[in-house]
Amino acid sequence: MCGIVGLFLKDKSLEPKLGDMLTDMLITMTDRGPDSAGIAIYGSEADGRTKLTVQSDAPEDAFDGLDGALAEALSTDVSIRVIDTHAVLDVPAGKAEEARSALAELRPGLRVMSAGDTIEIYKEVGLPEKVAERFDVRGMGGSHGIGHTRMATESAVTTEGAHPFSTGSDQCLVHNGSLSNHNSLRRKLRRDGVRIESQNDTEVGAAYLTWKMQNGATLGEALEGTLEDLDGFFNFVVGTKDGFGVVRDPIACKPAVMAETDQYVAFGSEYRALVNLPGIEDARVWEPEPATVYFWNH
Amino acid sequence: MQTYDLEANGLRGLNSTLQEQNGGTNKTAWEIVNAKGSHAIAVGLNSPIEVTVKGSTGYYCAGMNQQATVKVEGSVGPGVAENMMSGTVIVEGDASQYAGATGHGGLLVIKGNASSRCGISMKGIDIVVHGNIGHMCAFMAQAGNLVVLGDAGDALGDSCYEARFFVRGSVKSLGADCIEKEMRPEHIAILKDLLARAGADAKPEEFKRYGSARQLYNFDVDNAQAY
Repeated sequence: MCGIVGLFLKDKSLEPKLGDMLTDMLITMTDRGPDSAGIAIYGSEADGRTKLTVQSDAPEDAFDGLDGALAEALSTDVSIRVIDTHAVLDVPAGKAEEARSALAELRPGLRVMSAGDTIEIYKEVGLPEKVAERFDVRGMGGSHGIGHTRMATESAVTTEGAHPFSTGSDQCLVHNGSLSNHNSLRRKLRRDGVRIESQNDTEVGAAYLTWKMQNGATLGEALEGTLEDLDGFFNFVVGTKDGFGVVRDPIACKPAVMAETDQYVAFGSEYRALVNLPGIEDARVWEPEPATVYFWNH
Repeated sequence: MQTYDLEANGLRGLNSTLQEQNGGTNKTAWEIVNAKGSHAIAVGLNSPIEVTVKGSTGYYCAGMNQQATVKVEGSVGPGVAENMMSGTVIVEGDASQYAGATGHGGLLVIKGNASSRCGISMKGIDIVVHGNIGHMCAFMAQAGNLVVLGDAGDALGDSCYEARFFVRGSVKSLGADCIEKEMRPEHIAILKDLLARAGADAKPEEFKRYGSARQLYNFDVDNAQAY
């Protein structure tokens, strides 16, 4: 099954409450996906800095002294914020790729969850409520965020297989469904130099969007492309630095409901996920059409 | 009027309470509050009671209904009135996928729009949608009537049998073996009755009728491309 939630805020006064609202939405979707949970949250931006969210199964060893070691390797200043199994490294803009290479040398077991100006990704196996608690998602603010509860159908129940997937700067994707041509597409994308780390079908979807955009497509065009090039069932919800998009496959058998008010745009696999949002009684609520791209920008 | 707070008292309690109301109960009118998109509200009822749900529901609301009248003052999730046998289900808002699927009887009224697969495999149910319907509606429909005051999406009535479809607006495409058919006086009479029972303000003459061309009833290799 899997559950997807997403919230794109138009009203800045709600920004401090983003994590709180997303957590409630995520927990409501537990019975669609109790295997693992994750969120991508678009928070504050520091001028000239890039954030790398990294994860380790042995965080004490992996994160101890990591800021110093990375600062030395990059010959620049680096700061670290550790949250449970994840840490957010803050490096100068333009140093992200170099930092990735250095991290692979310094801490080979470390996984890079996301990189970008504002995005942070937190994901782990376990019940959504526990995952949200571990990272104190309730305490997080931001302009928009996307969450996922996973019932695994493609690839193992591991942190690596949890959503969201990020394959480009400030991009992320969550998915409900299953792709049937992900193996062939993964091979093709890898041949074209796209980094894909897991056996998960969704990561291929994320990488496909990144690849399209690297080749000049807008996000809208890349999302249109999924309808031609991806085979299978999908509800995709994507985040970019300042945007929030949705697309469903032409068969559209996976559930989706959206709500829009003057304050926000919200997505849920079920209406239940949206019932506690402010003003939902008067929101425009609708089911997104199959093979139709929806997108909002700040 | 009996009021049941779903949030406070739970779903199992609700359905067992409603299912107990058969045979001469005087608690014939029920109101369910705090629905909050919950699944399986008022399922498996088998008595002529009236149930009003305040707010929107999740999956399978009023599934397997017999005799009861269930009214939802909101929208419904996937599978409303699925496998209904008799009675009436009225949705004030929109319906998600497969509304009235496999229904054997009774009347399902959707005042808003219904999305994909409305009336899929219907077996005798009557469905009246005041708005539009999505793609693959009435796929493999076997009996009953689907009335749409608005437009229909792709592949209406794919591989259908003896069910009748009446659409007032446009049909994006017809499914395999579904064709437009002549509107005869008996069809006008059926439609007039359904529109009246569904509280729909429309004239039967404004509709077109669709149904099975009956080419796919038995396997014929010459039709292989159409299956």
